[in-house]
This record gives sequence, C-alpha cells and structure tokens, in this order.
Amino acid sequence: MRYHPHTPDDVRQMLDAVGAKNLEELFRSIPEKLRLRRDLQVPPALDEIALFAEFRRMASRNQVEHPPFIGAGAYPHHVPPAVDQLLLRGEFFTAYTPYQPEISQGTLQALFEWQTMVCLLTGLDVANASMYDGATATSEAVLMATRITGRRRIAVSSALHPEYRKVLATYLASTGDEVVTVPYDRDGRTDLAALEKVVDQRTAAVVIGYPNFFGVIDALPEAARLAKKAGALAISVTSEAVAFGLLQSPGSLGADVAVGTMQSFGNPLGFGGPAPGFFAGRDANVRQMPGRLAGATVDKQGRRGFVLTLSTREQHIRRERATSNICTNSGLTALAATIHLALLGKRGLSELARLNFARARLLRDAMARAGFGLRFAGPTFNEMAFQVGDAEAVIARLARRGIAAGVPLSRWYPDDPSMKGALLCTATEVHDPELIELFAQAVRS
Amino acid sequence: MANPSGWKPSVERGSGAGTSGGEVGAGGSTRGLALEEPLLFEQGSKGRSGVSLPAAGTSHDPAKEIPGELLRGEIEGMPQLSELEVVRHFTRLSAWNWGIDTGFYPLGSCTMKYNPKSSEALARLPGFASAHPLLPAEMCQGALELMWHLERALSEIAGFAATTLSPAAGAHGELTGLMVIRAYHVSRGNPRKKVLIPDTAHGTNPASSALNGYEAVPLASGSDGRLHPDAVKAAMSEDVAAIMITNPNTLGIFESHIAEIAAIVHAKGGLVYGDGANFNALLGIARPGENGFDVMQYNLHKTFATPHGGGGPGSGPVGVKEALVPFLPLPVVVREGERFRLVTDPRERPQTIGKVREFWGNVGMMVRAWAFMRELGPEGLKRTAELAVLNANYVRAGLRGAYDLPYETETLHEVVFDDKAQKDTGVTTMDIAKRLIDHGFHPPTIYFPLVVHGALMIEPTESESKETLDAFVAGMRAIAEEAKRDAEAVKAAPTRPVRSRLDETRAARKPVLRWTPGMKIG
Repeated sequence: MRYHPHTPDDVRQMLDAVGAKNLEELFRSIPEKLRLRRDLQVPPALDEIALFAEFRRMASRNQVEHPPFIGAGAYPHHVPPAVDQLLLRGEFFTAYTPYQPEISQGTLQALFEWQTMVCLLTGLDVANASMYDGATATSEAVLMATRITGRRRIAVSSALHPEYRKVLATYLASTGDEVVTVPYDRDGRTDLAALEKVVDQRTAAVVIGYPNFFGVIDALPEAARLAKKAGALAISVTSEAVAFGLLQSPGSLGADVAVGTMQSFGNPLGFGGPAPGFFAGRDANVRQMPGRLAGATVDKQGRRGFVLTLSTREQHIRRERATSNICTNSGLTALAATIHLALLGKRGLSELARLNFARARLLRDAMARAGFGLRFAGPTFNEMAFQVGDAEAVIARLARRGIAAGVPLSRWYPDDPSMKGALLCTATEVHDPELIELFAQAVRS
Repeated sequence: MANPSGWKPSVERGSGAGTSGGEVGAGGSTRGLALEEPLLFEQGSKGRSGVSLPAAGTSHDPAKEIPGELLRGEIEGMPQLSELEVVRHFTRLSAWNWGIDTGFYPLGSCTMKYNPKSSEALARLPGFASAHPLLPAEMCQGALELMWHLERALSEIAGFAATTLSPAAGAHGELTGLMVIRAYHVSRGNPRKKVLIPDTAHGTNPASSALNGYEAVPLASGSDGRLHPDAVKAAMSEDVAAIMITNPNTLGIFESHIAEIAAIVHAKGGLVYGDGANFNALLGIARPGENGFDVMQYNLHKTFATPHGGGGPGSGPVGVKEALVPFLPLPVVVREGERFRLVTDPRERPQTIGKVREFWGNVGMMVRAWAFMRELGPEGLKRTAELAVLNANYVRAGLRGAYDLPYETETLHEVVFDDKAQKDTGVTTMDIAKRLIDHGFHPPTIYFPLVVHGALMIEPTESESKETLDAFVAGMRAIAEEAKRDAEAVKAAPTRPVRSRLDETRAARKPVLRWTPGMKIG
C-alpha cells in the first residue's frame, strides 16, 4: 500500500518500542464484545490503473459534452487553468485551518484578500473567510438578524432560491422563528405591496434574491428601505456572483448583509459542491457574524502579518454561546475564487459580466425567433425563464441529445399554474452564439 | 529525513533570521530565500488584466434594460494584474504556508493524513467536475452511482442503516445529526431540552446543541480520562435528548464503558450521538453502530483523506440507526434496478427534517473519499487504523520522560502530553509549539482538550514513516533539553519562518479585516 510507509521490520521495531507483541494488542482497551471480528464488506482494493478505469466508467455516465443551459444556483463558467494549477500547490490544499499563523501566512493573506474582494463586490464593510454554501450562509444571516434585533419574524421573498428557503426552514425548525413568505409579482420581482404589509416592528429581516431565482434583478433598494423603516436587517442573496460586475453592489443599495455563493468564480459545477459561500455585513455587526475572520497585525519585528481574529465569537472559545457552530468552511474554494477574481481584475470582471449579459440576450433573441417568449418582464442578468409549453417534455427531449436544457419552474412552484410552461435557462461566456442558436432550434423541434 | 549530512537535531539560539543558517532542525529545517509579497491590491498597473475573453457576438446595452440606479461600471480597488503577476503572487504565498506535502503535521483530532494525488486527478475528470447538480437523472447516472456506493460503504464501515451525504463539514454533520435526533423526539411527542457533553468534547458539540435549541450540559470525565457510567446516570433524565460522545475521545482514549453508558441513555429514551472526528482509529476494528451509537458524523476530510484546503471544504456525512432513517435530510440516493435516483420530494419521505445544504452536498469531496476507499479496500482500511494507532503509541513511548503524560490510560490514534515537566523553566506549551516550527514540524494541537492544562495533542496518522516520527521525537526532546538550558531561546521561537510571533491582541483590539487604499500596518 503506497500510502503506508511501514515495512514489516519497521512494524516489528515500533512494536518493540511500545512494548506490544503485535498490532492486535494495541487495541486491547476496546472490550472484546465491541470489536468487529469480520472483514468490512466493502469492495476490494484497486490498483491505480484499475481505479482510473472504474472512475472513468462512472464519469462517462455523466453527460457533460455541452455546457448546460441550467443555472438555478450553479453556473457554468470558464475557469482559467492558472486557477487550478495554483490551487494544486500542496502548501495550499494540504494545509489545515491556519491556527499557527507563522507558518500559515499564505492561507491567511489569501483569506484577507478574499475578504477584501467580497467587500468590494458587495459594497459592505466586512466579510468572513467563507461559509459552506449560499443556502447555509443565508440561514446564518437570518440567525444573526434575530440575534441583533431580538425579533423572531423573517420576511422571505418567494422568488428567493427555493433550495435556500428549504434550508432556512430546516435551520429555523428548532428556533421557533417564523418565516413569512412574500409572493412575487407579474414581472418576477418580489411583490412590494405585499412586502410592505408584512414588514413591521416584529420583523428581524427581509430576505431577497439579487438577482432572484427567476434571474430577475429584484427590487433590492425598495425592500431595503422597507426593512430599514421597520428596524429590520435587509439581507441580499446572490448565487450568480458574476452579476456583481454589472450590478450595483447590495451594500450601496441599502443591504445590511450580503450572502450567497461565489461558485461562479474559479469553481467547477462539481455536481453542486463544494463552492464558497460568502457572508458580508456592516462593521457595527461584526461581533455577531458567524465564521472565521482573517485580520492584519504585526509580528515581533513590527512586520505586517495576518492571523485569525475575533475568535471569541467562535465555537472553540465560546462553545454553546458561539455565534455559530461553523468550524471547517470552504477555504480552498474561496482561494479558487480569489485567484480567478485576481486574474479577471477590475476590467476583466466588468467585461465578463457584460459578456454574460450579452450572451443571455443572444439566447433571448434566438428563443424569440424560435417562438418562445419570456415568462417574466422584469430586467435580467444572464438567466431568464421562457414559456416553452411543456417544460418537462422539452428537458427530456434535449437530454436525449445530450443537452441540459434548463429547469422547469413548476418543480419548485407547483401551486402556481402559470409556471407550468416556464423553463429557466442561463447563458454565459461558455455558450457561444452557434450553440445558443442550436439550442433554441432544438427546443422548438 | 534520512539525515545524510549527520546534522544534530537541535536549533541553537540565533540560528534563525539573519544568520547563515548553519544549524539544521530535527525536521530538516533551514532558511531559504523567502520573498516578501504585497497584497494583490498593492501591485499591478492600471489597465492590466489576466484573462482572455471572447467577443460577445452581439451588442446590447445593459442601460436600455436595467434601471440606471442598479448598474455599475468597473469596481474601484479591484486588482489590475497580468497572468504572471497573479501566478507569482500565489506561488509566493504558498511558499509561506505549511502543508502535509511540506512536512509532518501532527495536529491532534484533525487527522492530517496524506491526501492522494490520484484522488485529485479523479475529482477533476470532466464527468464529475463539469456535471451540473440539476442535470436530469438520466444525464448524471455516474455521479449518482458514486454517491450510492459511498453511502452504502460508509454505512457498512460504521455499522449504520443509512447515511446522509449532505452535510458540508463535521460541525454541519453534528448540527444535522442533532436535528434528526430532535425530529425523532418530536415525533414521539417531546423534543426534550438537554444534551449531555463530556468535558473532553470539541467546541462544536455544545455550539451545535445550542443551534438546535438544546441546553448543553457538561459531564466530567474520570481520573482515567474516560467517561464513567455513574456520571451519566446522575445527569440522565427524560429531559435529555442525547449524549454526544467522541470515541476514541480527544485524549485518544477508547470510551470502554460506551455500551453501559448507551444502555443508561436508552433506558430513559435518550439517543447516543457519536462525534466521528476520531473514527480513523476504528476502521475495520469496531463499528460504532454496534456499540451503542444511534447517530455519527464521518469527517471525510479527516478519516477518508480528502484535503483540508487551509480550512475546508470538508464533508460530514451522518450515519443513523434504523429508527432514525425516516428523519434523514433530503436528498437520499436510491437504486431502482440498474438506475439511480435522488429522492428530493418530501412526499416520499414525510418525516424528513428537510434540506441542510443546497443541492446534494460536497460531491467533489465524495469523489475523493470514494477513490481513497476503493484504493484501500477492506484490508487497507483496517491496516490504516492499525498503523495510525501504532504511530501514536510509538510517539508516546518516545516522548515519555521528556514530557508529562497526564493520563496513563492506554491510547489509540493520538496522545496528549502537557508542559508540566517544563513548568520550572518558564517554557509553556505555546513556546514548545513555536520552537517545533523552527525544527521543521507543524506543532500539535495545543491547549485542547480543555481538561488538560497546557495540552499538546499529537496525532501522527498512518501516513508517517518511522524515520519521520524519530525525527519528531528527537526535536521534541531537544526542545525539552533546551528549555532547561536556555529557556529564552525557546520563548523567542519561531525564528525561521517569514514571520515571528504575531500580535493577536492587537489584531482583536483594532480589527483590520480588509484592505483599504493607503492601509498601513506595522
């Protein structure tokens, strides 16, 4: 076994040193009746060549020849090879959480840079070192809002990603906090009149997607104003972070907290994970924030360096009174996002976002020519819902051609009959004009 | 680590920064050329970019569709760098880091074993890396098949009826496990109020309990480092939802009374939660599901060798006994003949706690863990536990006499020493840890578990060779000697990394958590 360096002679010498006759004796502290006295029933060992053959067999059963036209919380993007080559440096990917700062300056400085990028993109003061994903980041943001306001009611837009809402419901099952779901309007935005009716002095937070699950650029400024008036926190949720290259930052539009995932930068789809959840907020609330924070300081010689800080919020110090139980987060995927954002830079991010916007217009125009209009009239970024008649049938038909067409909104909104024909699709820089045209034609025929 | 030049395992005072570095640490450390590296935001030049993007193929003006107040241009402060500048930046930062690939990383309870390179290559096969989580089932049978196999194997290895793969890390697994426990109790009419947690537990245990609305009740362990049935009996009542036990515990000691403890808890209707952080010691040796545990989280980033990545991503699947299966979160992967399918509709699982993470979990970590398990097979898994325990006991034997061993009880995969023997010299656990860095080792976990004052918690894992362990023991012994002779030299450590001890108090008093233009530190 190549991962076990022990020769029989090593084992002998080491057993002698510890005073044991054999390996079995090392386990005598485990009562016999608790021992497993048979082989584990797992598949037999494979050599490396057989291992690759087996994994290639499974991988080939996933159809990924064409980039998917599915977004819905995970977006196909081109990741420059430099990202993965740097990520594969063992000093990054085989490191632990940076508890020993003197030999973890690489991770710590990169996290500080990630936190800065998240602040720049979201327009907020402070960001943490990452969360598990967008859905749990949203749940943690809501829990933070209940701590800060002492209130128990959360107004959540029904146009927020349904998976995020499901996770939030699970997190709140044991807290007794109450979720009030606010309907969407005809344009695919949160119904502001309905929101105004439910937001009051009992509301801890207003949670809204930006862009929302329908790809619509939702009414964040208005929602934030309503939240502010009631003394509640406005939480903006973004799962397609490339939008930050085109859209005004949540912070500048009044959001108190911005959460979501940065999967779009540097991270492959990977069947849904891992990817870096992000969490940004205002300075005033930093001591209520969940998760790790990298901060700048000096060493004994006065040189700048970085450490994990404000850890008295965290579970390993505060235990049951911690702001969250989070420990391991999504460090390496946050590094991937940081590297990709560094490569894009100021100009590249803006260009990438405008390119995504443009490709989505190509999709809209091609679908219009094929006879399919939009489900919602609200403004969009790189994702939109089309009226295609029988969405499930279209998906099944295109799947047979190896094309992932999109997702049917009726799956998440079964009670709204008008969602029946709605197919949610995305187009990004990886969908070239020819593929987009081919797709629209395939949806028609 | 073969020591061909015959260097002595000692680092002398002043042998660090500013000297020619003639001495070599026990782990082989010297000083190399280290480059200062500014922040991304402090370098580059206006207009530079490191990407190659296609033309849009159309011209659409966003201002015609999106209200002006919602649009923005380029973001001030974002870096402006060429590809090489970015590559050099992160390459230099990586050189300031310590990884398992660099050297020995004996962090107790963190199980820093080798992360196989083949697992990385396999996770990058396009079939896995480029699969969208919402692909129609017929387009992602391979990913579903892998998840199904992994679920079955994890359930078998720890002796559970079923396992959810959704949780994104160990603490997330704890949270999920406790949610399942709560749902079980609610289904029986009463969620109950308390969770019992031994004083050796990880901080995540009480934090996860609190997030579930449970009061965490600490239990004192006995003078042998074990939890005793009497302590559990005294605290147990029908208000107690569960007990959370790490086995082996964070002292490396097997909780040998576990069956009796479980019987006490079960008799009052409570459940037994296992924190699987230390499961590496038990692979093929014992199955928690047969030893009284009702629920346990696995840490794929510990036991099953997926990389820790400087703080994640992890993966924390949760196994449960039969009675708890209906409450597991969604999705569940099922096999129907030759076809695999995700159950996502709560109507198929009406008692489910719901979803705990978007999509299906950290699938990329699952691919790596399954590759590790397939390469090891049943014999390799058992051998892993045996060698991990052998290595820890070998280090324990090697350090005996030089450091105080607070518990004489037999240990498995890790061992906890403390700084009591160094007390008269003024040298503390923190100093010892920092001096180890000068020698070329990552320090052990320090000041944990809390029951040991000045704990040094050492977990070598099965990955390390006898020579590495010998060098580590030599380094630790050299520090113990140096503490008697020249305590100040130990307290000045580390001298060899790019930074000496950092001012953590200043970082917390005047938090600087992001770059701002003109930022000045130091």
